[in-house]
Amino acid sequence: MPVVKLQRPKLNFGESIYLLAVAKGFLITLTHAIKSLRGKSASAKSLASSGLGVTMQYPEHRWDEHLPEYYRGAPALVTDEQGRERCVSCQLCEFICPPKAIHITPGEIPSNDPWAKVEKRPAAFEIDMIRCIYCGMCEEVCPEQAIFLRKDYLITGLNRADMVHNKEKLLAIGGVRTGLVNKWNELK
Amino acid sequence: MALIILIVKIIALTFLVVLPLVPISVYFERRFCAIIQDRVGPNRTGIPLTLLGFKKDFHFFGLIQPMADGVKLFLKEDFTPAYVRKVFFWLAPALTVAPALITVCVIPFGSSITLFGNTQQLVIANLDIGPLFVFAVSSLTVYGITLAGWSSNSKYPLIGAVRSSAQMISYEISLGLSIIPVLLYFGELNLGKIVQYQADHGWLLLPLWKNGQLGLPDLQTALFCIPAFVAFIIFTISIFAETNRMPFDLPECETELVGGYHTEYSSMKFAMFFMGEYAAMVIGSALIVTLFLGGWSVGFTADKWIQNFHFGEFYFGGLIHLLVFLLKLIVFILFFILVRWTVPRFRYDQLMKLGWVVFFEAALINVFLAALILAAPHLAPAILATGAVLLAVVTAALIWVAKVSEPKSGILQA
Repeated sequence: MPVVKLQRPKLNFGESIYLLAVAKGFLITLTHAIKSLRGKSASAKSLASSGLGVTMQYPEHRWDEHLPEYYRGAPALVTDEQGRERCVSCQLCEFICPPKAIHITPGEIPSNDPWAKVEKRPAAFEIDMIRCIYCGMCEEVCPEQAIFLRKDYLITGLNRADMVHNKEKLLAIGGVRTGLVNKWNELK
Repeated sequence: MALIILIVKIIALTFLVVLPLVPISVYFERRFCAIIQDRVGPNRTGIPLTLLGFKKDFHFFGLIQPMADGVKLFLKEDFTPAYVRKVFFWLAPALTVAPALITVCVIPFGSSITLFGNTQQLVIANLDIGPLFVFAVSSLTVYGITLAGWSSNSKYPLIGAVRSSAQMISYEISLGLSIIPVLLYFGELNLGKIVQYQADHGWLLLPLWKNGQLGLPDLQTALFCIPAFVAFIIFTISIFAETNRMPFDLPECETELVGGYHTEYSSMKFAMFFMGEYAAMVIGSALIVTLFLGGWSVGFTADKWIQNFHFGEFYFGGLIHLLVFLLKLIVFILFFILVRWTVPRFRYDQLMKLGWVVFFEAALINVFLAALILAAPHLAPAILATGAVLLAVVTAALIWVAKVSEPKSGILQA
């Protein structure tokens, strides 16, 4: 590539004397300051600002209603409208999980259970939320529509043990989900 | 008795007025820059009443943040690297703070208060060499910075210190030259009397009243506004360079030198540099306000009236003047901050060129222009015309020399 000789831009008198350019700069920064004090900064509304600049001030104002549809929060197990926990402990999510955050201990469903023909359900299902990277692969790989990424983002704990979600916690976060394919129902 | 009054003044004016201004200006710096950048800034630090079981915390708009910062800096590890020159390493922070605080003593903070027939000026030392004293003492700051850089025995601090000393020495020249017109106008070096004169005859940049009456200034005063304004601009910008503030903060520019001369410092020693810098900014603004913007005077012929406020024997007009002065000071500090978050940093050769080629010459010409305007009533018209022509010719010649000596612009130089 040939050498490109860059030319300095030609300044007119107002620019080369600096002071006018600096004054123009003051105008820009002051406009920003006044607008942000009045809560009228550009895109303050779409960012749900707290009324000062564009910042949302966290504990008082929360993300919740502003989360986009595609937001990926904490993964959780769901039950369906018949009260059946949908996980059959096939362990696909455990195997696909990139950071190896999921640990499943498969358990058998006793033969006197109405859902005996499903055969397996997790005896223990743990997701280590310190390891989870919210990639959503577990949701994608699940053949049973049992695990979903919810919009929960406030996952806190005081020690490592607190950050491991066990089955009860996961089911509590997931809740009941309707409109899923119920392939284990009796044929009519 | 005089000694007690002096000590009371020192404690009240230095420790209750100027030193609190340092954390306040740090707070303003953080909040104002946040607002300029559409952010919020520190607004949470307060009294955590919820920890004690109350419903709400007191935030005070985050005003306690600088205090929390101070506590944090106190509790940090004060680390002295093994390879430094210990004596100078410890001496340097003190040498940067002390001059800034010493210069406080000549700044007139207010007119006077009278208690039981005992009138006191609101100034620690009513020296007759005010601005000269400020320049003499404040140029000592350069020793602190140079020693800090040299004793750190490390590359970045040394480069920062060398830059800083070169910069401060260069800009002290234009700083000193630029106020000569002001001193010619007042014929006085006592800052207190300068402010009194401005209260009576109109501020240097706003001479809209005289002898207690509002009105347009006479021709000479009006014409003098031109050199006064030039002096104001040169002086303000030089103060920016002297205090290592933003467009000229090359001694500590983070992008090139990590932290400049205080790279190796930690904990309270770093805080001393930080404090010294902000104290210098406060003093610089105080000096500008005093010389050009009427110091403590309210202006518009209201000062006499304010000075006569009293509860019985206690004339407290001076305290109102003190508040006015602080208000002006804070407005000017906000201006400092606005500049910092508006103007990008100069390149080092641009900085030197601005100091030596532009400001030095401009200040010099300004001195002669001011002298010509002030001497005009006493001169014969022929001499006056000759002087004006000479000044114009010299100015044109200087501009021409500066233009010719400039390297051919066009191709970018490395």
